[in-house]
Amino acid sequence: MTRSIVLHVTGLTKSYRAAGEEIAVLRGVNLTVAAQESVALTGESGSGKSTLLHLVAGLDAADGGEIRLGGVSIAELDDSGRAELRRGRLGLVFQQFNLIPSLTVADNLVFQSRLAGRHDPDWYEELVERLGLGHLLKRYPEQLSGGQQQRVAIGRALAAKPLLLLADEPTGNLDEATADEVLALARDLVTRSGCGLLMVTHSTRLAATLDRQVNLHAGVVA
Amino acid sequence: MQLATLLIGLVAATALWSGVQALNQQARNAYDRAAATFGGARTAMLVSRDGASLPQQLFVDLRRAGWPVSPVLEGRLQIEGRSFALLGIEPVTLPAEVGNAPSVGRSGMVSFMTPPGEMLVAPETLADLKLAEGARARANGGALLPPLRVQSQLAPGVLVVDIGIAQTILGMPGQITRLMVGKAAGKHASLASVAGDRLHLIEPDADTDLERLTDSFHLNLTAFGLLSFLVGLFIVNSAIGLAFEQRLPVLRTLRACGVSARMLNAVLVAELVSLALVAGLIGLVCGYYIASALLPDVAASLRGLYGAQIPGQLSLRPEWWLAGIAISVIGALAAAATSLTKALRLPLLAAAQPRAWHQAQRRWLTYQSALALAAFAAGGGLLWFGDSLMSGFAVLAALLLGAALILPAVLEAVLSLGQRFASRPLTVWFWADSRQQLSGLSLALMALLLALAVNVGVATMVESFSRTFLVWLDGRLAADIYVSAANDEQAMEIKAWLRERPEVAAILPGGRADTQIAGAPVEVLGLPDHATYRDNWPLLQSAGNVWSRLRPGDAALVSEQLARRLKLSVGDRIEMPAPGGSWPLQVIGIYADYGNPKGQITVNFAALTRRFPGIPLTRMGLRVAPPEVPALVADLREKFALGERNVVDQATMKAESKRIFNRTFAVTAALNAFTLGVAGIALLTSLLTLANSRLPQLAPLWAVGITRRRLAVIELLKTMSVALITTLFALPLGLLVAWCLLAIVNVKAFGWRLPFHVFPMDLVWLVGVALAAALAAAALPVLRLARMQPASLIRIFANER
Repeated sequence: MTRSIVLHVTGLTKSYRAAGEEIAVLRGVNLTVAAQESVALTGESGSGKSTLLHLVAGLDAADGGEIRLGGVSIAELDDSGRAELRRGRLGLVFQQFNLIPSLTVADNLVFQSRLAGRHDPDWYEELVERLGLGHLLKRYPEQLSGGQQQRVAIGRALAAKPLLLLADEPTGNLDEATADEVLALARDLVTRSGCGLLMVTHSTRLAATLDRQVNLHAGVVA
Repeated sequence: MQLATLLIGLVAATALWSGVQALNQQARNAYDRAAATFGGARTAMLVSRDGASLPQQLFVDLRRAGWPVSPVLEGRLQIEGRSFALLGIEPVTLPAEVGNAPSVGRSGMVSFMTPPGEMLVAPETLADLKLAEGARARANGGALLPPLRVQSQLAPGVLVVDIGIAQTILGMPGQITRLMVGKAAGKHASLASVAGDRLHLIEPDADTDLERLTDSFHLNLTAFGLLSFLVGLFIVNSAIGLAFEQRLPVLRTLRACGVSARMLNAVLVAELVSLALVAGLIGLVCGYYIASALLPDVAASLRGLYGAQIPGQLSLRPEWWLAGIAISVIGALAAAATSLTKALRLPLLAAAQPRAWHQAQRRWLTYQSALALAAFAAGGGLLWFGDSLMSGFAVLAALLLGAALILPAVLEAVLSLGQRFASRPLTVWFWADSRQQLSGLSLALMALLLALAVNVGVATMVESFSRTFLVWLDGRLAADIYVSAANDEQAMEIKAWLRERPEVAAILPGGRADTQIAGAPVEVLGLPDHATYRDNWPLLQSAGNVWSRLRPGDAALVSEQLARRLKLSVGDRIEMPAPGGSWPLQVIGIYADYGNPKGQITVNFAALTRRFPGIPLTRMGLRVAPPEVPALVADLREKFALGERNVVDQATMKAESKRIFNRTFAVTAALNAFTLGVAGIALLTSLLTLANSRLPQLAPLWAVGITRRRLAVIELLKTMSVALITTLFALPLGLLVAWCLLAIVNVKAFGWRLPFHVFPMDLVWLVGVALAAALAAAALPVLRLARMQPASLIRIFANER
């Protein structure tokens, strides 16, 4: 069975100006991620992994090339179009969890899905159960451990059943055992929801647990 | 940003406090000048027990008996329609402790005492008279006065001449009004053995009459200055708190590198004091300009309310500059106290996880609410047991402090309620995040609450006063024309002429005398029994049929402030000192007499002239049909060569009274606006300093699909909503402040109680102003957020807090 391509990146370029000098971070990256596929994006520091992730998420604009998410070209979208895309088609998980501190775990979990109008109570219940968050729903993020926070972040990102889950060093702040546990959960839920996973990681050990590895070197896929 | 905020707060606090202090000092210097002038209240005095003038022979007898006395004759003199205090002194016997004596004596004594003599005046008085030094003014009666000579120590509005010349000018030959008493060199005979019981010794008093009368005015100014100072300190506290939080990692590193907590604190204090010195100096310069700008209105208020003459040129003592710098440093240290204590107790190893904000917030809200309840309880106790102006202000302070402290709890309750009823995710976040922001904004919101409540309170008081005053003015100024003749002879001529004029429906003679009751000055007003007064006089309480009962001369109407001071009610009896002996009177009514610092007693005019035979009978009111007024005024001025001030129609007099009234409250309005402005700045600086620390809260929302523009709008709405809740809370609080001002402070300060009115349109206007201030304060941070580059937000996910 062939799986549909959810992310198609072609000839992506991006450079920054720093201290009056133009630094090319991405020099023509090509990449695809299929539904239910988990891809690890690896590379040394400064290779452009996080930049690529931010461009795919529509958080920043590329200088050249194309990103198509579910057939939609991100470059053709304006600011609100990109925001809408993030809301409904993407799930984002960061190293620092970036939960909303003023909302309880329950409110954090449903925040994006309800905002996107894609709230599915059954899926929410399943997420809560599989992430083991049932007894933490009334707590605030700062009352949770790092592993618990990251589980909430994954739940929030997947609650709207996105096309693609983007994770930037999601286990960077966790110990090895917790990292393994969280990642296993994430992979399982990605498969259950049918979305793709693109994960930036430094860990070759964790990268090896995913379906495919893409290594960035000097701004291009090595 | 924190540095700018800190400096703005300190400059604003110091400027407003120092400005108000400069005004108070300027006025107090003027009172001192007035008091020290030729034996004011700073010198012991002998005065007549019945308030009448004394024969000069008494002075001779007392000197012979060894009393170091010097005679003084006081009266009022009109020049070009303006009234001046004329003071006749005898320079040879002036006591040494009367500071100005030497400059009169020695070389100038001969020219001062021998005809035509000299008339000593302050530079301001010379400017008022529009004459050069050496020129001779002419009194309204036509008498040529001695050549003018400037003496800078004199109080404005006072003319000093030799006592012999004063007796001639005032038409009181051989009479004196009081005797200054110097320090006795040896023993002297008892006072009773020389003068019987005619004289009363008044010891030198640290507080002059003027100081006592104007105390409440200055207390009001000080209260405003203090409020502005505190609002400014809110900004400082907020800036220092945030700067400290941001420096926490550096401070920890320094401590870890071996810097002792004491050394760290010493450096922080030194840094703060240096900044406070710079801000203090800038604040003082700003304070000087604020005081200069407000001085004309303050001077006009003090002149209008109390007859006090304040020079228009600001002169400041070195203490003012030193006090300003000190207040800036003390204020900065007070505002930084919490942060400095934290630095002193800073643990080397900080807990890694962020503060549990909602638990900390709950604890903080509980403490503050407990303190607020304690403040309310203290206020209630003061209201119940207190009976002084200070306790009135303390009630106000407790009320405002309690309200400011309980504000975060009120906001928390309202925001929680909002959150409970919200269902959409963004709305839920809106309320939840507003709650979380509360601790960072609460100081600025407290400042806004205080400024708004005081604005509502003072505006309501002024408006209530204005409404009552206008009605009262209609009652008090019931005659159509007011005439003041140069002397009794001219008054007789005018009356005779007026009787021939068919358009004059009534001539209402009036008279005034001065006396003292219970040691305080009292004005005695004589009114004829006429329908003009029966229909219009602003009686607050009366026994009924009062005007007929006044006629025999054994009853009186008492002004509200005198009734309160002497605890008089209708039916009580008073003994009024009069030249012919004590005058027993029954109180048959109490009337409003707003704006008069002295107590006033109104009696029948004929009875007054019988009991006080020496009073001038130069004043009269006329009843004339309104269309005939301008022609009659013109005829009177032409026929009797009367100046503009001597013949005034009712409309002009009312307009003048309203102008004085409005000017009286111009200072209050200006300080009100300043305080609101400072509160606006407090809100702006809090929002600006919060803006950076808000990014970690906002970036995740942007990441999950909310545009920067929408986030900016939500941030704006959040600020506006907490500002609106604060404003709505400020309205009833402000009305309570107004009630305190009207029912407690005004009664204690001025002696009158005004009816309490609510002015809904003014409240609506103030809500608009508050929201406009919040909008202005929120605009910059919100615009910055709306235009923020994605890179700045992305950095949040990379670097983290």
